[in-house]
Amino acid sequence: MKRHLRGPKAPVVGLLAATLVLAGCGSGGRDGDDGEGEVAGDTTSVTDDSITIGGHYPLTGVAAPGYSEIPVGAQAYYDFVNDNGGVNGRTIDFIVKDDAYDPSKTTAVTDDLVLREEIFAMVGGLGTPTHRAVVDDLNAEGVPDLFVSSGSLQWGDDVANRPTTFGWQPDYEIEGKIIGQYIAENLPDAKVGLFLQDDDFGTDGESGVRQFLEDQIVSVQRYTSGNTEIGPQIAALQADGADLVIGFNTPAYTALTQLNGLGLGYSPQWFYSNVGSDPTLVGGLLANFSEGAVDGAGALDGVLTTEYIPAVADTDSEWTKLWNEVWDASGEDGELTNFKIYGMSQAYTFVQALVAAGEDLTREGLIEAIEEQGGDFAGPNLAPYRYSADSHLGISGMRVAELKGVASTPLTPVLVTDIGDAEIVEDTSGQDEDGPAEGGIPQ
Amino acid sequence: MLQFTNTALAGLVLGMIFAAFALALVLIWRSTRILNFAQAPMAVLTTYIALVMIEDGQSYWLAFVVALLCGLVLGAVVERVVIRPVEGKPDINAVILTLGLFIVFKSAAEVIFGTKLRTYPPSFGVRGLSVGDTTIGITTSDFFTIGAVLATMAVLVALFRFTDLGLKMRAAANNQEVAKLLGVKVGAMLTLGWALAAVVGSLSGLLIASGGLVQPSYMDSIVVFGFIAAVIGGLESPVGAVVGGLLLGFSLSFVSGYIGAQLVALVALGILMLVLTFRPGGLFAATQGRRV
Amino acid sequence: MSTLTTRVRASWSSYPLVRHLVTAAIALVVVIVVLTAASDFQATKLTEMAYIAIAAGGLTLLTGLNGQISLGHGALMAFGAYTTALLYDERDAGLPLVLVVLIAVAVTVAVGVLIGIAAARLHGPYLAGATLTLAIAVPGLGNQFKDTLGGDQGLRLFVPEIPQWATDTAYYLTGSDPSRSKYVAFLAWVTLIIVFILLANLASSRVGRRWAAVRDDEVAAEIAGIDLTRARVSAFVVSAAAAGAAGAMFALAQRTVSPLGFSLNLSLTLLAIVVLGGLGSLTGAILLSGVLVFLPQFVQDLGAGANIDATRASQMATLVFGLTMVLVILLAPRGLAGGLRTLRAKLTSATSSRGGSHAGPSGGSSGGSADSDPDSPSSTETAAPRGNSSDPTITKKGTS
Repeated sequence: MKRHLRGPKAPVVGLLAATLVLAGCGSGGRDGDDGEGEVAGDTTSVTDDSITIGGHYPLTGVAAPGYSEIPVGAQAYYDFVNDNGGVNGRTIDFIVKDDAYDPSKTTAVTDDLVLREEIFAMVGGLGTPTHRAVVDDLNAEGVPDLFVSSGSLQWGDDVANRPTTFGWQPDYEIEGKIIGQYIAENLPDAKVGLFLQDDDFGTDGESGVRQFLEDQIVSVQRYTSGNTEIGPQIAALQADGADLVIGFNTPAYTALTQLNGLGLGYSPQWFYSNVGSDPTLVGGLLANFSEGAVDGAGALDGVLTTEYIPAVADTDSEWTKLWNEVWDASGEDGELTNFKIYGMSQAYTFVQALVAAGEDLTREGLIEAIEEQGGDFAGPNLAPYRYSADSHLGISGMRVAELKGVASTPLTPVLVTDIGDAEIVEDTSGQDEDGPAEGGIPQ
Repeated sequence: MLQFTNTALAGLVLGMIFAAFALALVLIWRSTRILNFAQAPMAVLTTYIALVMIEDGQSYWLAFVVALLCGLVLGAVVERVVIRPVEGKPDINAVILTLGLFIVFKSAAEVIFGTKLRTYPPSFGVRGLSVGDTTIGITTSDFFTIGAVLATMAVLVALFRFTDLGLKMRAAANNQEVAKLLGVKVGAMLTLGWALAAVVGSLSGLLIASGGLVQPSYMDSIVVFGFIAAVIGGLESPVGAVVGGLLLGFSLSFVSGYIGAQLVALVALGILMLVLTFRPGGLFAATQGRRV
Repeated sequence: MSTLTTRVRASWSSYPLVRHLVTAAIALVVVIVVLTAASDFQATKLTEMAYIAIAAGGLTLLTGLNGQISLGHGALMAFGAYTTALLYDERDAGLPLVLVVLIAVAVTVAVGVLIGIAAARLHGPYLAGATLTLAIAVPGLGNQFKDTLGGDQGLRLFVPEIPQWATDTAYYLTGSDPSRSKYVAFLAWVTLIIVFILLANLASSRVGRRWAAVRDDEVAAEIAGIDLTRARVSAFVVSAAAAGAAGAMFALAQRTVSPLGFSLNLSLTLLAIVVLGGLGSLTGAILLSGVLVFLPQFVQDLGAGANIDATRASQMATLVFGLTMVLVILLAPRGLAGGLRTLRAKLTSATSSRGGSHAGPSGGSSGGSADSDPDSPSSTETAAPRGNSSDPTITKKGTS
C-alpha cells in the first residue's frame, strides 16, 4: 500500500519547496519601470546577415492541391535572392507551416511562428477563414502581416484597426465590378447565372457583380467546398435559362462545371474569375477525358476570365522568363505552374518592400515603406498596388481576357478601380509595361 | 421538368455511388462485425494504382481489374496483420484502429502520389444522353456505375443467402465459438470477409473516380454519406445499403438543386434521425442492432 | 507510524472526494510552476492540451464508463465555443468569465439533453452513424445563420482583461506580468482541474456505478431497477457539459470561432484520445491529449531539422500520428493508462507481494482491470457494478 502514498507525497514536498523558492525569488512587489530605453523600432529576428519570415498554407488535406505549390514558388524565389547575396546583405529565411486549412491549426502554427520562431513578418498567409483567425493577433503583436493570399477586402480596408496587414491580389469585389461592367457593356442581353463558392469569395464577388448586373442575373447557385456533386446546381442554372455563367470558384470546380455541362448538354458562355481559370491546370485536367469530347489544351477555348499577373503561358513576358529561370535554378522537381508563379510574384513584392525599407530594417520601417512607396512598386502586377496610409488593399485592377488554348487574348486594357462605388477606369500608369529589375532582384 | 429530371438523375447516380461504398461497409460488418472507416483511403490507394497504370498507357480495364485485385490483397493483408490482434478485444478498439488506418493510408497516398489534382478517365462517355432534341443528364458511364452497383448488390445477396460460404462467413462473424464447433475456419472467413469488402470498396473508389477528379481526400465526403446510407439501410442488408444510398442521393440532390447546397449535411442528419427514430436498427434491420 | 499510515490509507481509499481534492491541490501547484517556467508558445500548446483534455474527459465518462460511442463530440464543443463568442463579442463585454463559462456549459447541456434522448435508443454503429452525422451537420449551422454566427469566417471574440488581482499575484510569484497566453492557459487548466474533479467524483459515485452497470449488462441493470434511458441520457448530458466547458476554453484560446475549427477531425481525435488513453481512464485522457498536441509538432521539427521540405514534413507528421494510433491499439490494447499500469504492476509486484493487505479496504477492483491504480482518477474504471447490494429504491430515486 505504501506505493499509493509515495506517488503524491514526494512531489508535494518537492513542488511546495519549488513554489516557496519561486515566491522568494519573486520581487514581492513592483519596482517601477524596468528601465529599458525606447529603441528605434522592432527588429525581431533581424540580424546583420539574415531575417526570418513565415507563412501558413494548407500543405495537407482537401485544400492542399494547388495551394500547397504557392509556398514552393515563393521559396524558390527567396533561394534565388539568397544565392545572389540577399537583400542588404541579409538572406531571407522562409518558414512554411501547414494549417491544413483549419483555422484552429492556423492559430497554433501562427503562435509557433510568432512566439517560438520569432518571425519578423508573416508573408503570404493563405486563406480567408484561416487568416482571419490570426489577423487581429498579428496586429496586436505588431507583426507585419504582408500580402495575405486571399482576395477578401478585410486585409486592406480597415487600416486603423489592422495597421500591419496588407492585401496583395485584387480583392474579389473589384474583380466582380470589372467583370460586371464588362458584361453590362459588351453583353447587355446575356441572362447571367452566378456559380459561387459558399463563402466570402463568392459573397464579395457577387456584391461587385451586382453593382452592374442586378437586372441581368437570372440564377444564383452556390456550392460548398469539398462537395464535388454539383450536377443539381448546374441543372438549376440551365433550367433558369442562364446563357452566361460567372463562376467565383476554384480550378477544380472549373473542371467540374465543364464536365457537368457536358453531361447535361449545357454550354453557356463561361466567365471564370481569375482564381478558377488557370487554363494550364484545368486544361490538363480535362485533357484526360476521352472520346474527343474535350481536347485538353482547347478545353477552355472561348472562356472569359480576368488577369492581374503574367502566367505560365505568357511565354513572351519578361516576368515569365524570369520565373522560369528562378524555377530552373531551384533544382526542384515538377513544372512551373501558375500557383508557383503566384508565390514568386508575392515573394518579389516582399523583396521590393525590404529594399524600400532600407538597411536599418525594423517592423515599423517596413510598414511605412510599403505605405509610402508601395503604390509605385514596379512588379509583375499589371495594375499598381493601392498601398497608402489609408488603404492596404492590393493590386488595383485587372484586364478581361479570352482563353485560347493555354494562352489568352486580352479583351480590354488594364482596368483599375477601388472598392465601393469607385469608378472603373483605364490604367494609365504603364504598370503592365514594367519588366523585372536587372538580374531579377529589385534593387 | 428538365431540371426535375436532371436533378433526379443526378440523385440516382449519386445514390448509387453512396450505395457502392455502403455495400463495402455492409459486407465487412456482416462478416466481421467491424466498421471499417479505413475503407475509403484503401480505395483511394487502389484507385491511384489504376490511375498510374492508365497514365502509363495500360488498358483502362486491365487497370480496373488490377485495382480490384490490389484491393483484395490489401484487405486480406490488413485483416491478417492489423485487425486480427484486436479480434475479441473491446469493439471500440477496432473502431479506433480503423480510424488510425484511415489516417495512415490517406497520408500514405499523399506521400506516394502527391496532392496534385488529377483526372480519372471515364469508363465510357461523359456526354449526356440525347432524347430527341434535348440532352438529359445521364451518361453511358453513369449506366455502368448503376449496373455495377446493382450487380454487386445481387452478388452479395446471393452470397449470404444461397451459398455455403456466405453462411460460414455469417457464422464466423456472429458466434465464433459455435462456428468453430461446426468446423468453420473462422480465421479464414474473417480474412475473406475483409478481402471481399476491400474489393467492393475498391470498386466504389473506381466508380466515384471515373470521369471525375482525384486527389488523396477525394473520398472524404463519401465516407460519411456512404456510412449514413449503410446505417439507414440497416447495416445488415445489401438491399438496405442500396435503398439507403438512393434515399440519401435523391434527397441531397434535390436539396442542392432547389434549396441550397449548404443544407446538405443538415438534411442528411434529419433523414438519419427520422429513420432511426422509427427503426433504431435501420430500415432493413433483421435484428436489433448490436453494440460497437 | 504504521497506524497513521493505515489511517491515512483508509481515508485515502474510502473518501474519493478527499483523494480528488488533494490531487487537485497538487495539480494546481504543478500547473502554476509549469506555467511559470513555460514560454508563451509552450503556454499556448498547454492551453490546447487542456481544452482537448476537458472534452476528452467528458467523453471518457460517456464512452468508457457508460459504453456509448460518440463520433460527434467536437460538434458539442462548437455550442460552447459559439456561446462564449456571442457573449464576448465586443471589447469589455463586462460579463464575468465564470458566468460566461457557465452559460456556455448550460447551452451545451441543453443541446446534450436533446441529443442524449435521441441517442439513448441507439446502439453501436447506429449511434456512431448518428453522432458522425452530427459532427458534419453542426458546422453547417454556422453558414446557415450567417448573420448571427458569422458564416465561414465565424466570430471574433475578445478575451476579458486579466483581472488586477491575478496580475498582482502572478507578479508576486514570478516577478513579471503574466502574458495573455499564460493567463488563458491558467484559466484552461483550472477549468480542467475543476471539471476532472467533478467527473472523477461522479464516476466513483452511485451515478457512475449505475452508468457502468448499464454498460456491462443492460438486462441486469434493468432488473436492479436502473432506468436505462435515464442513465444513458444523464451520461450524455454530463459529457456534453464537459464539452461545453472545453468549447468555452477553445474560444478563449483561439479568439476566433468558425465552422472549420469543429471539423470531423476534432471529433475523431477526441474519441481516439479516449480509447488510446485507456478507455475509462481520466488520467489517460489527459496524458494522451498531451501526446496528440505535441507529437505532430515534434515530428515536424524533426523534419525541419533533417531538411525535409515543409510539405513532406507535414505529411509525415500526419502519417506518424496515424501509425501511433495503430501501434498503441496493437501494443497496448487497454490504452496508455492500461499499459502504464501493467508496467508499474510488473515493476512493483516484487515489493507489494511482501505485504499481504495491499488490496486495501476498497476491495480492490471489481469489474474493471485487475491492476487499477487508486492514486489516480483512473480508478473510475473500477466503478463497475459494485452496487449489486445497493438498495434498488435508492438507486431509482437517486438518478440524475
